[in-house]
Amino acid sequence: MQDTDKYSQGLTRELVIALSTEKNEPGWMTDFRLKALEIFERKPIPTWGADLSALDYQNICYYLKASKTQAESWDAVPDRIKKTFEALGVPQAERSFLAGVGAQFESELVYKNIQQKWKDKGVVFSDIETAIYDYPELVKKYFATVIPPHDNAFAALNSAVWSGGSFVYVPAGVHVDLPLQAYFRIDQKQMGQFERTLIIAEPGSSVHYVEGCSAPVHRSNSLHSAVVELIALEDSKIRYTTIQNWSQDVYNLVTKRAFAYKNATVEWVDGNFGSKVTMKYPCIVLKEEGAKGHIISIAVAGKDQHQDTGAKIIHCAPNTSSNIISKSISKQGGRTSYRGLLKVLKGATGVKARVQCDALLLDAQSRTDTYPTVNVFEERVDVGHEASVGTLNDEQVFYLMSRGLTQQQARALLVNGFIDVFVKELPMEYAVEINRLIAHEMEGSIG
Amino acid sequence: MAFLFEKGLVVAILKEDFIKKALKLMLKISHLSVNHAEKKLLVDLSLSIASGTIHACMGPNGSGKSSLAYTLMGHPRYQVVAGSIFFNGIDITSMSADKRARAGMFLSLQQPYEIPGVTLSTLLRESFHAVHGQDMVDVYIDRLTQALRLLKMDGNFLQRSVHEGFSGGEKKRCEMLQLLVLQPKLVILDEVDSGLDVDAFKLVVNALHAFRTLCPDSSVLLITHYQTMLTALVPDTVSLLQDGTIIAQGGSELGSFIQEHGYEHAGY
Repeated sequence: MQDTDKYSQGLTRELVIALSTEKNEPGWMTDFRLKALEIFERKPIPTWGADLSALDYQNICYYLKASKTQAESWDAVPDRIKKTFEALGVPQAERSFLAGVGAQFESELVYKNIQQKWKDKGVVFSDIETAIYDYPELVKKYFATVIPPHDNAFAALNSAVWSGGSFVYVPAGVHVDLPLQAYFRIDQKQMGQFERTLIIAEPGSSVHYVEGCSAPVHRSNSLHSAVVELIALEDSKIRYTTIQNWSQDVYNLVTKRAFAYKNATVEWVDGNFGSKVTMKYPCIVLKEEGAKGHIISIAVAGKDQHQDTGAKIIHCAPNTSSNIISKSISKQGGRTSYRGLLKVLKGATGVKARVQCDALLLDAQSRTDTYPTVNVFEERVDVGHEASVGTLNDEQVFYLMSRGLTQQQARALLVNGFIDVFVKELPMEYAVEINRLIAHEMEGSIG
Repeated sequence: MAFLFEKGLVVAILKEDFIKKALKLMLKISHLSVNHAEKKLLVDLSLSIASGTIHACMGPNGSGKSSLAYTLMGHPRYQVVAGSIFFNGIDITSMSADKRARAGMFLSLQQPYEIPGVTLSTLLRESFHAVHGQDMVDVYIDRLTQALRLLKMDGNFLQRSVHEGFSGGEKKRCEMLQLLVLQPKLVILDEVDSGLDVDAFKLVVNALHAFRTLCPDSSVLLITHYQTMLTALVPDTVSLLQDGTIIAQGGSELGSFIQEHGYEHAGY
């Protein structure tokens, strides 16, 4: 590919400087990257979760540019990329109801389109590189404040080599009532993708951001390690919906965290399909009184896959409430783990928190584990935790078959029923996609 | 007019129109034996049901009534060890449940299963598609609208998860709704009258009458304990089950006899 220049594999100081120079970044960002690299070099790779021993950090492409220019309109998007988008069904989605598309293709936003209506109201939806130039104060004020580089090894790695991702700013009192969408995709063998997303909702505003991922099959291991930071200021609401369907060789190691201020609401809706290993635990810090957090997720693990996912909620203030619903499906020897943290700090009285995790095992070879941590340092709280592990019920399968559905259709319908509470939270087109994905996943997995 | 003999007794006097129908056999069970985990559930059971007729199956608890219902529908737990089942001339003995359903069989369960997260609307649509194909949307909507009205069910009902949190009456109405939408050729009703209050019972009976009018050639296998059901839906033939086999067969009067004298006096 002529329009693809690939940074030599291997992670060095020189690479980071070259990357920052190529992007024409201000000095503070270059410094930020270099400090993060130092932190990464010192930080141990976590061993408490999924097996990451096969990852070789010196054998990953850290930056890749797909297309020299970014397109404002669909016509300007190169054909090769258009075809990929078509395969992913993006143009249809765009036609139907998108407020704006900023899709990341091989590390760069090549296509973005935001309705004039939102632009006029001061809503910003751009790639983060552009935002550094156009809104330097905003970016400087919030960038890496929710997830600093020293948070964990992968946050440090991302901070050093990040590239692409979205920046969303919603001014006070503005409601973006159509979901903003971005479609991510890894398309080059062995490339790492380290996008960074920063969303700021000013007081009284609201926004729904949707991120979908899909990747074709590659033979060697690739790494996706994103950082997503949300800042929900007083009385605002952010919903962040992710559907990820990585190819079977991707290590998907993502740090997602939100700060919710007074009476603000943050919702993570997180669907994890595909990948070889996923480690992802969306977090909400309820920093001020009345803040609310909801995390609803599903994970599907098939053959040779480990979905180590979960949720974290930290109640720092009185009268905050939270709700975690986690659903997982393991099949064909796949493994899912729920790893959760629910923390209530001293002084956070009147807290209400619910955790519910349900695991579905489709065969005897598959595995599921639950690692819930509950740390409550305040007595006057209402905290509940429920967990269940089940298999598909033969009687339910029979009942559906007695109505004419094949065994596969019956099982797929039951699985859809199991995750319905998740699917209900999705925009229609994604709900349809998930149902199709489940039907596809169920093929050949009849026990 | 004809006489039907069972173990040397005249158990039924058959009317002419019934004889005509009997010529069109819908279900023929021959010497059927069924096991589950070494336990004998049905033993050498033979039964025929003619097109357009109602056959009632009675018997004490554990006599094999529900086993018969499940076996006919093809539940994998019920192992056929001998005999055969023919449905409209086709051997369905080893057919899976979905194929039987698509061939026109329908089972209304005594205790239908809850299916969380799957709406009644989805179940109805998917099963209608499975049985009748994709191209009859108008028919589907028409049947559904009429059935809802008949069963006094709100449209909101369709958005609820199948049987989840349904009352006993709602469950049976939900089964009847499926019956009226699918309009099968053979209906097996496993104690459709159990656990119903008077109003719900009426609605179920109305639905069954409507079904009989809509599908005069369809047959019903009615498994019940109660005479009230047999009065509401008069069977053409009745058989009495004991220890997994039919010990007596007759017309509707056999049902009345059983109700009056109990199972112990019938058929011996």
